[in-house]
Amino acid sequence: MSGPGVVYRVNPVAKLAAALLLSACLVLTVDWVSSAVALTLEIAVLPLAGLPARTFWLRTAAVWIAAPLTAVTIALYGQPSGRVYAEFLFARVSDGSIELAIATLLRVLAIGLPAVVLFVTIDPTDLADGLSQLLHLPSRFVLGALAALRLVGLFADDWRSLALARRARGVADSGRIRRLAGQAFALLVLSLRRGNKLATAMEARGFGSSAHRTWARQSRWRGRDWVMVVIGAAIGAVAVAASVSTGQWNSIVG
Amino acid sequence: MSASDWGWRHGGRTAWAVRGLNLAIVAGERVLLLGESGAGKSTLLQAMAGVLGDDDGGEAEGRLLVGGGIPTPGRAGLVLQDPDSQVILARVGDDVAFGCENLGVPREQIWPRVTAALDAVRLGLPLDHPTSVLSGGQKQRLALAGVIAMQPGLLLLDEPTANLDAEGVRDVRDSVVRVLDTTGATFIVVEHRVAVWLDVVDRVVVLSPGGGVVADGTPAAVLSERGAELAARGVWVPGFPPAWPSRIRAASERLLSSTELAVGRKTVVQEHLSVRVESGRALAVTGPNGVGKSTLGLTLAGLLPTLGGEVVAAESLDSGAGRAPIRWKSRELLTRIGTVFQDPEHQFLAATVRAELEIGPRALGLPDAEITERVDALLERLRLTHLALANPFTLSGGEKRRVSVATALATRPRVLVLDEPTFGQDSRTWSELVAMLAELLDAGTAVVAMTHDDDFVRALADETLVLS
Repeated sequence: MSGPGVVYRVNPVAKLAAALLLSACLVLTVDWVSSAVALTLEIAVLPLAGLPARTFWLRTAAVWIAAPLTAVTIALYGQPSGRVYAEFLFARVSDGSIELAIATLLRVLAIGLPAVVLFVTIDPTDLADGLSQLLHLPSRFVLGALAALRLVGLFADDWRSLALARRARGVADSGRIRRLAGQAFALLVLSLRRGNKLATAMEARGFGSSAHRTWARQSRWRGRDWVMVVIGAAIGAVAVAASVSTGQWNSIVG
Repeated sequence: MSASDWGWRHGGRTAWAVRGLNLAIVAGERVLLLGESGAGKSTLLQAMAGVLGDDDGGEAEGRLLVGGGIPTPGRAGLVLQDPDSQVILARVGDDVAFGCENLGVPREQIWPRVTAALDAVRLGLPLDHPTSVLSGGQKQRLALAGVIAMQPGLLLLDEPTANLDAEGVRDVRDSVVRVLDTTGATFIVVEHRVAVWLDVVDRVVVLSPGGGVVADGTPAAVLSERGAELAARGVWVPGFPPAWPSRIRAASERLLSSTELAVGRKTVVQEHLSVRVESGRALAVTGPNGVGKSTLGLTLAGLLPTLGGEVVAAESLDSGAGRAPIRWKSRELLTRIGTVFQDPEHQFLAATVRAELEIGPRALGLPDAEITERVDALLERLRLTHLALANPFTLSGGEKRRVSVATALATRPRVLVLDEPTFGQDSRTWSELVAMLAELLDAGTAVVAMTHDDDFVRALADETLVLS
């Protein structure tokens, strides 16, 4: 995966670490201060990533849609407290539920936007290289998963063919749920067979042999990778500090 | 390579895949390995490549040595039949480098090897070219490059061209010749179609399904001595073409037609097509890979909606179901249009061959006696009776094809649409299929076949639609 921005040149392991650190800080609490602070800092930093604007809006579209939907749901059905503004069946819009809704809106954006920006710029092969060479995860598992990932694209084609084949066989008229269950099982059988063949092909190329494996592509950890991790951790830490110091910290545990 | 009284039995099977094999192949020989389905050709290749698995995978007897030692993965280079399941990584260069990495080749040597291997197979693509967009022939050459980069002394090919069109077959064959000429590697290939490799090999070995070697010698000697016998067992031997059936062409009527037809999944792949499907006539749709043959077939079969124009059924075909096949119910298709998919596995629904054939007639609500009668007749006709209780997924390629055709015939559709019906089939299955389709045509069934197979077109087609 390539592109003009600096974010494309950061090691995938660093992006993964940064996203995990940031999210870890933000899922510990449900207040609005920490999310607002994190989101503000992110909005300041994200343009530096160099993701083309079009790519950014396309890839983050799901986050922009999901965030307000979640917020509306929580405003209607969240734990009510304080003044109640409207009531309808089980829905109750109150001071408490509105505050929770805003906090949630900000939180989904604060976690979702950087995660999307970091993950869409990760090339799976580079990530596998990094996980194996830098973190020394067992290459057998990492490369096995990487090769299996390539099969996912074939699943979509298989699924379409299975649906058409069922119509041709005269069994597509009734029982939608049963039919889909059967089709899912057929897909499972097909994918196991594909997986088997792929495993043989990999083994034929010496995968899993006793030789000490070398790497054609070197995964390097550079200064910019430290910067990436520090940015992620720093945004998380500042957000937590702001939340605690304003007395808004609202831990999800206890 | 040498085998003495070697045998292998796959885990969970009672029959030996190979038994009592005595064979010696010296360095630099180029060998074509023949034998009918079930003779254990693939098993032998996999054993030499060291990928049969350990004791969990099965049981060995006797001795098999490659280069004087027990075969280990990665020492001999193996290319398999299915192009799709041999691509391992997302980028061309990385995929070729994969084997070298596993063998522990130092990084500074890997990339020169990768470039040289890609040159040898004439795959002039950038190293970061995505592997997902390659054609079948390109994928097979990529797999070959991945193997060559490992610099094996023994090159093993298991039906490497069975799934390719004529151009793909030529490209793969020429690449192999170039590699053998420069490296002098020992070469063993398994292939039904003898003509492809005849000029390349200097020795032909025929394995017997009972175990052991039936014939062994120069290509000229083995083929002149055993040609007729091999042809009868399904090997495509030059000079022994399968018989073409004779046809009676009775009067025909239009069953399906379309003008200004545009087909595609989401985007249009073919447009302004004029198609007419007539009873008792065979329409062959040909053209290179990826040109939209399958899409057109599925559209005519009432499985995919058109992207322009309409497929219209004649009144005698629709008999009350409506004019457009795409709006027919799944059950209504059964007696009207039967479809045989390119990959038989996509169509299998049941745990046994018999149950598989019963599905269509049962959906039609036929009485049990009638169902049994139809299924028995089809099993007999397609030499499947002894497999009635076998799981369709465990059959050989030829058997799977016969089952998938039988499932469509069980409901006696008036139009039969077949996608690459003869792809990768041995000559015996080929002539059986062609003979049966000729019978159906004479009885008034319309046949539409998407195919690369020139022999098939010449044997059956009344009309050919060439897509480009």
